[in-house]
Amino acid sequence: MEPVLWFGWFRADIIAEYSELFWRGLWMTIGVTIVCILQGSLLGLLVGMARLAEARHPPARQLCRFLIRWPATVYVSFFRGTPLFVQILLMHFAVLPLLINPVDGWLIAGDTAREIKQDYGALVSGVLALTLNAGAYISEIFRAGIQSIDRGQTEAARSLGLSYRQAMYHVVLPQAFRRMLPPLGNNAIALLKDSSLVSAVGLAELAYAARTVAGAYSRYWEPYLTIAFMYWTLTLALAYMVRRLEHRYGRGDTR
Amino acid sequence: MDAAIHVEALSKRFGALEVLRGIDCAVAESEVVCVIGPSGSGKSTLLRCLNGLEEATSGRVLVHGVPVHDRATDLDAVRTEIGMVFQRFNLFPHKTVLQNITLAPAALRNLAPAEARARAEALLHKVGVFDKRDAYPNQLSGGQQQRVAIARALAMQPRIMLFDEPTSSLDPEMVDEVLTVMQALADEGMTMVVVTHEMGFARRVADRVLFMDDGRIVEEGPPEELFEHPSAERTQRFLAKVLRA
Repeated sequence: MEPVLWFGWFRADIIAEYSELFWRGLWMTIGVTIVCILQGSLLGLLVGMARLAEARHPPARQLCRFLIRWPATVYVSFFRGTPLFVQILLMHFAVLPLLINPVDGWLIAGDTAREIKQDYGALVSGVLALTLNAGAYISEIFRAGIQSIDRGQTEAARSLGLSYRQAMYHVVLPQAFRRMLPPLGNNAIALLKDSSLVSAVGLAELAYAARTVAGAYSRYWEPYLTIAFMYWTLTLALAYMVRRLEHRYGRGDTR
Repeated sequence: MDAAIHVEALSKRFGALEVLRGIDCAVAESEVVCVIGPSGSGKSTLLRCLNGLEEATSGRVLVHGVPVHDRATDLDAVRTEIGMVFQRFNLFPHKTVLQNITLAPAALRNLAPAEARARAEALLHKVGVFDKRDAYPNQLSGGQQQRVAIARALAMQPRIMLFDEPTSSLDPEMVDEVLTVMQALADEGMTMVVVTHEMGFARRVADRVLFMDDGRIVEEGPPEELFEHPSAERTQRFLAKVLRA
């Protein structure tokens, strides 16, 4: 392909030549982000509730503290207190081989293990690390959101005869959700950007595409500027969607 | 006749703080009992022990013979029989007035939506907030919110109503509209326990008044007797202060 120069220095032909790689990277980034946001939210909700779990009476009270609250706290502390990059490396090079290994994998062994590791190893460990990391941050958002709801709300619901679960579902969580939307949106945007770190273990998303192109041409402005704009577009779109959601669900909150 | 509420040697401690120090009392069916006393005397805590929102440290609380103090008791079931109205209304801000009222009956009584709605509308007529049925709580005045809260509690068709200083966070001109609704309820024969600073209401509506101080019931009796001829010195001092105002 003939070199095509934009503004006298930008080799647009390089991007055009690798456009398919960029598109596939873009979809991978979007896919990984969506999957991790969904899984992370579910995990975050469970862990957030676990950190708030309380039982009134002796045997259940201790069980609750040591088997539910304590592990949840350690999990959140670890994943918020260590770099995501280190978590990804740990997951890919240390944990995954333990679980999926042709010789003696705990979860999957034999030829299936070899194939999975070969074809999906980076995807599995990348998604796992990002999900666990997002879950830790999101659990804090859920916890703070639930705790921010006035105790009188729970008491009013319970006084009507609703169970703890029903009070949570009908009264506390819907209100907490509204307050959690802005921080959840920020978290989703952070996750989208942080997904670029997974390129380090070879998952073919946007950053990986840029690295491939940079390596092939020894040109850096073109590929990295391209993905920078793609990330920017994605975060703008995400921020817009979050604003729409906030607008839609923001009614009736007085506090 | 069996008492609607029966309290025996009820004590409640928050850490080192003893809030209730051995309360004995009973409320008969259809009786209206007002609980008065200075702040921090344990009135609200006593009320909250009656429906298990607060767990007794020791003692017994029987509501229609059901032991509320017993851990094995299904408190959710007991609470459907006991309505509660709070000082701060505690309406659900994300639901409309109608939804506030239909939530519990729809979730617990398996009412058809139309039926639940019809019942809620009847209750709103009764408390005089029908025209606000589709508004959100923050669009209502304090008096309207509290009347909706009363309707919400009544929607479960409770046999007992508990009121925890229902007019204390209201602007003065809205107090009467709430008291009027409560009086109507009393006239219908509802069993009521009302923690209040409204001495006029207590005198007018109560069958019996309990005066509490420092976690104990100091004195109790019919309103005319307790207000006109308080026997305990502590009661006299308290009444002298609040009635002079």
